[in-house]
Amino acid sequence: MNLEAPAADHDRTRRGARAALGLAGGLADFLLTLAITLFGLLVVTFVIGRVVPIDPVLAVVGDRASGAVYDRVRAEMGLDLPLIEQFRIYFMKAITGDFGRSVLTTNPVIEDIRRYFPATIELATLGTLIGTLIGVPLGVFAAVRSGTLMDQIVRIVGLVGYSVPIFWLGLMALLLFYAHLGWVGGPGRLDIAYDYLVTPTTGLLLVDSLMQGQMDVFWNAFSHIILPAALLGYFSLAYISRMTRALVLNELAQEYVVTARIKGLSEARVVWRHALRNAAVPLLTVIVLSYATLLEGSVLTETVFAWPGIGSYITSSLQNADMNAVLGGTLIVGAAFVTLNLLSDLLYRLLDPRTR
Amino acid sequence: MRFSAFRNRAAAALVAAGLVAALAGPVLAATPKDTLVQAWQIDDIISLDPAELFEFSTSEIAGNTYERLIGYDLQDVSKIFGVVAESWTVSDDGKTIAFKIREGRKFASGNPITAEDVAFSLQRAVLLDKSPAFILNQFGITKDNVKDAIKATGEYTVDFTMDRPYAPSFALYALTSSVASIVDKKLVLEHEADGDLGYGWLKTHYAGSGPFAIRDWRANEVVVLERNPNYSGTPAPLARVIYRHLPEQATQRILLEMGDIDIARNLGPEDIDAVAKNPEIRIQSSPKGTLYYLGLNQKNPILAKPEVRQALKYLVDYGAIGDTIMNHLGAVHQAFLPKGFLGAVNDTPFTFDPEKAKALLAKAGYPDGFTVTMDVRSTQPVTGIAEAIQANFAKGGVKVEIIPGDGKQTLTKYRSRTHDIYIGDWGADYQDPHSNAQTFASNPNNADNATAKTLAWRNAWETPKLGPEVEAAILERDPQKRAALYEAMQREVMETGPFVILFQRTEVAALRNNVKDFVMGPSFDNNLVTGASKE
Repeated sequence: MNLEAPAADHDRTRRGARAALGLAGGLADFLLTLAITLFGLLVVTFVIGRVVPIDPVLAVVGDRASGAVYDRVRAEMGLDLPLIEQFRIYFMKAITGDFGRSVLTTNPVIEDIRRYFPATIELATLGTLIGTLIGVPLGVFAAVRSGTLMDQIVRIVGLVGYSVPIFWLGLMALLLFYAHLGWVGGPGRLDIAYDYLVTPTTGLLLVDSLMQGQMDVFWNAFSHIILPAALLGYFSLAYISRMTRALVLNELAQEYVVTARIKGLSEARVVWRHALRNAAVPLLTVIVLSYATLLEGSVLTETVFAWPGIGSYITSSLQNADMNAVLGGTLIVGAAFVTLNLLSDLLYRLLDPRTR
Repeated sequence: MRFSAFRNRAAAALVAAGLVAALAGPVLAATPKDTLVQAWQIDDIISLDPAELFEFSTSEIAGNTYERLIGYDLQDVSKIFGVVAESWTVSDDGKTIAFKIREGRKFASGNPITAEDVAFSLQRAVLLDKSPAFILNQFGITKDNVKDAIKATGEYTVDFTMDRPYAPSFALYALTSSVASIVDKKLVLEHEADGDLGYGWLKTHYAGSGPFAIRDWRANEVVVLERNPNYSGTPAPLARVIYRHLPEQATQRILLEMGDIDIARNLGPEDIDAVAKNPEIRIQSSPKGTLYYLGLNQKNPILAKPEVRQALKYLVDYGAIGDTIMNHLGAVHQAFLPKGFLGAVNDTPFTFDPEKAKALLAKAGYPDGFTVTMDVRSTQPVTGIAEAIQANFAKGGVKVEIIPGDGKQTLTKYRSRTHDIYIGDWGADYQDPHSNAQTFASNPNNADNATAKTLAWRNAWETPKLGPEVEAAILERDPQKRAALYEAMQREVMETGPFVILFQRTEVAALRNNVKDFVMGPSFDNNLVTGASKE
């Protein structure tokens, strides 16, 4: 009598059930984390918005309005209600996706975010791509050549990226690559001649122009984005290359690397197939976090390059106490941050069997 | 070599990054010939509705896209002429102005401009009761009586009736402001929702009859104007005018030098000096009705002493600041009416005299000076002026602690009267002297909960003598006598007021040489592109 088969089936079923439960648990964990994070963000941003010494009514009525107009608008904005009541109203609206209207742009906040966030996503994605594609090989190179002149040069490049103010570097880059050499487009996402040629679908100009077969627009958008993206990429690169160097150096000191070398594997294979592969797991977290940071919007880069991104949007809204916009923007960025963190956790589990 | 494989892959990664492709990408220079591109900080725009817009940028946009009943000569503002109105007469009792509307004119939509549109536009501004509504309210016109006060008396005639016989020039200048822009009644009402008189729609759309129509506004990004094909006057030479939001001065300068913009509107003194040397660029400037001043809060017992107020007026090195920080950006001016206004006092009695200031401070009981705070908006040239004044005041023993803040932050504090010294700027709302007289010299109620937050109120300065004089001046119908009244008021405020008036703002723009006939008038709503062209 074969008792093995039903037992194996039973095990498989139990394992499947455990996996499903694990997945459901993971999803529940994620949703709980997301909910707590967003609620925390909502509370903190709301409180900050109410304690900043800026009168939000001024942003609506300006400095010259009569006392009657001022009082009416204050009441319309609900600012005469108790703070807890203001929060309750905002919270109830926010959970249905209604973040209200921005005072400065007059649009629903969600519509503004739909317009500004893709500009930041496009820039951050390209920046991270550049930072990763250059930073990782540089970091590996520095680790392999640890202590040599080349290593020092890579470290200095990283240090400069960390230390030089991005505002200044941005202006210098504009002067050199745009004004003197004419290699790239100037500030903004497009030249005027290409404006209105592409209908926004995703909001990502490069993607939309490709989808609509507008290659002229694509290349023009690319010529505009490449400089700010390269700049952000440089800053990511500084971080990514330093972390890669440290992680790979650590791996190169492990016994399995010595074993691999004794076995006669080529140095490139040892470095790329073994050391980097093992370093890739924590490195992935580094890259994802770097990406998430860029997604918050780099206000200074956006200012220098007149890039209509989420960073400038939230900053100018805060300066004008346009709290609907600040709260909406912060929540979306927060949600993106939490999601990316989860993604990095998931990838971590996929890549590293020990964490399963 | 073992590491050659790595090097090859690294090089491949670099290529994959697309940098090379990017650097070879096509780049356009120079703007199209029929399009004028201006770089300007336009993040102050919150509405395009003439009943609500009140910012520098929107005032200018409205000036190019909407028409009013009347306008004034930019070279001689005392000359008022009809625009939508063909003529007007003032009733014998001085309370009613009857306007005759020009016939045969059209809005951009193609709808004809009639008296109904004029009455609707002015009534709407009062009924909506947005920030600039006070300009019409000051003639006794309220939500309750507006339908009687402003009404069409025929297809092409409109009566504008006031509660008192104000000086005609006062009423007429008020009607040149953007709140009095004529909107297309039919078009606006087609978009009315819940009885909002089309407000929700017109905030982001256009319903005017000016040389240009507003095609697009993307907040913090761009405003696009297009030539109005139905404009009743001489068509604008340019097909399109684009205002690009570029907050960074240095970026504006680079773009201008590259020819990717035609006009840079926010350059600082150093940038202006630099681009002025470029043979392809020229500088254009115009004095504006905006004053930079210090407000001395009279709630502070030290600043409330007359000798201290006087002393501080002698502790500013007007000339040195004017030659450096304010070079290109302003001229020394010490009276509350800007140069060019009826009755403006243009002499500058205060000079930097620390010894005289010290004597006045000693007389006030502060021979060793005192310490005060100054709330300063973190923007140029205000920060620069504040720092210079901090150094000047120190010469008289007055120690200034600068409190930097964002614009709305410092303004919030100013309006709550919790400052010591506030450095700010003030632009006249319209071309009549009453605009500034009312704010600098009138404080009808000095209580903290007063509704009229004039500059005199914000600095807690009571005006028992000057306040009634301000009210009397708006009823004086003889221009010469009226000018004399304002002159006396200015001298009184200069002598005793809690304001150290410093400079009259000069607006500067840097233009590519191929731009012709860009006009910069005395007010922001008459910076005109209507006749501008490019060679």
